[in-house]
Amino acid sequence: MSFYDGFPFFLCLIMILLPAVILGIMEKPLRYYQLCASILVIGLVLHKNPAEFLNLILFYVLSVIVVKGYLAIRRKYGRVEILYYLAVLLGLLPLILCKVAPLFRVSWFGFLGISYLTFRSVQVIIEIYDGVIREVPLVEFTAFLLFFPSFSSGPIDRSRRFHEDWSKVLERKEYLTLLGDGVFKILLGMVYKIVIAATVYRWMAFLGSGNVWYLNLGYAYTYGIYLFFDFAGYSLMAAGTAYILGVRLPDNFKAPFVSKDLKEFWDRWHITLSHWFRDFIFTRFIMKCVKKKWFHTRLQRASVGFIINMGIMGVWHGLTPSYIVYGLYHGVILALTEIYQKKSKFYKKNKKKKWYQAASWFVTMQIVFFGFFIFSGRFFEVI
Amino acid sequence: MREEILELLAEICDDDLVMEDENTELLESGLLDSLAFAELLAELEERFGIVIAPSEIERSDVDTPAKVIALVETRRA
Repeated sequence: MSFYDGFPFFLCLIMILLPAVILGIMEKPLRYYQLCASILVIGLVLHKNPAEFLNLILFYVLSVIVVKGYLAIRRKYGRVEILYYLAVLLGLLPLILCKVAPLFRVSWFGFLGISYLTFRSVQVIIEIYDGVIREVPLVEFTAFLLFFPSFSSGPIDRSRRFHEDWSKVLERKEYLTLLGDGVFKILLGMVYKIVIAATVYRWMAFLGSGNVWYLNLGYAYTYGIYLFFDFAGYSLMAAGTAYILGVRLPDNFKAPFVSKDLKEFWDRWHITLSHWFRDFIFTRFIMKCVKKKWFHTRLQRASVGFIINMGIMGVWHGLTPSYIVYGLYHGVILALTEIYQKKSKFYKKNKKKKWYQAASWFVTMQIVFFGFFIFSGRFFEVI
Repeated sequence: MREEILELLAEICDDDLVMEDENTELLESGLLDSLAFAELLAELEERFGIVIAPSEIERSDVDTPAKVIALVETRRA
């Protein structure tokens, strides 16, 4: 059985969600039911792979130790940077090992979802340092970390937002609205993933069968469209399932193909990932640079920030040339966009005009789809 | 202090408009993007000694110069 795929999973999902619906309508708390459901579903998905299951348990234990340990240290010693970096590094260690392992043709620490679980545990560590998280109750942290609807590929929730849902018991009317939205999201997600993405996938396979320029061009566009419907479809199903369990998982996509520049695109595409990077890497890097006066000009600082931020995002996807170049590509173009928008008189004069926005949209889409072409791995096969 | 904050915002947002009207909207107008937000937090720490973690406030908490001034005032009190 795998997440959001095939009859057994959906049958299991219905059976797990039905009692939740009854509890929700009866105005009973869903928190412990939701935690048990997560453990059961993860067990069902991973039971055929004991190594992965063991890795998950190790990851969980390590996360709890690091988070709880750092919380105690933070309480005792306050904001000490070196201890904070050490805790973040420890939190990242399983993911780093897992990503580096393929270079040595071995497999360490891997399990489905490790990349996404790491975001959740590291966010908690960083916000403990910030002083905005002062307590980490074990049961709630476990439910947050292992929440099954978003276990394999997000959307990436935040612990303080999760806490609001965890500590609240909804009134019937409120729950019914959430239930309705949840069911709608699941059905829409199914249409996206099972109907549209599967159809586009066939065209993509056809266009990918030859190495002529017009076939490659067609492949690049269909791959991007496929990626959107597949991933947005999955994200909708994940959010819908979470809603029925009383958890308002954030949205992951907001019409990305209407973006008029690349900055806007990253506010609409894989939003929970790009906002995680914005809040925990980009913003902090820029703040550090301002305080340490590392660069002469604001644009230098911003450009380096964008390239580092997106470079790390590329590496996070995997240590392959395609992913790393994909990240750097977006970083460089975001930097160029920033320079252009701040410096160009032409931009400032025309940015509100219709023709300019149409042209800007068209150029942005070409940049985006070429990015997908790099991401697909095919760019390096073709050149 | 009010003047200093307004000057800082004008510098970060690259627009003198914020000095004239304390209720200038900063988000929709694109004046306070994620870059400017980060710079604002860092400068508030450098110039006013107020440590605000990026996860502590949302950009919408500081979407007008008046709100930034109010934030600095409450933090200093």
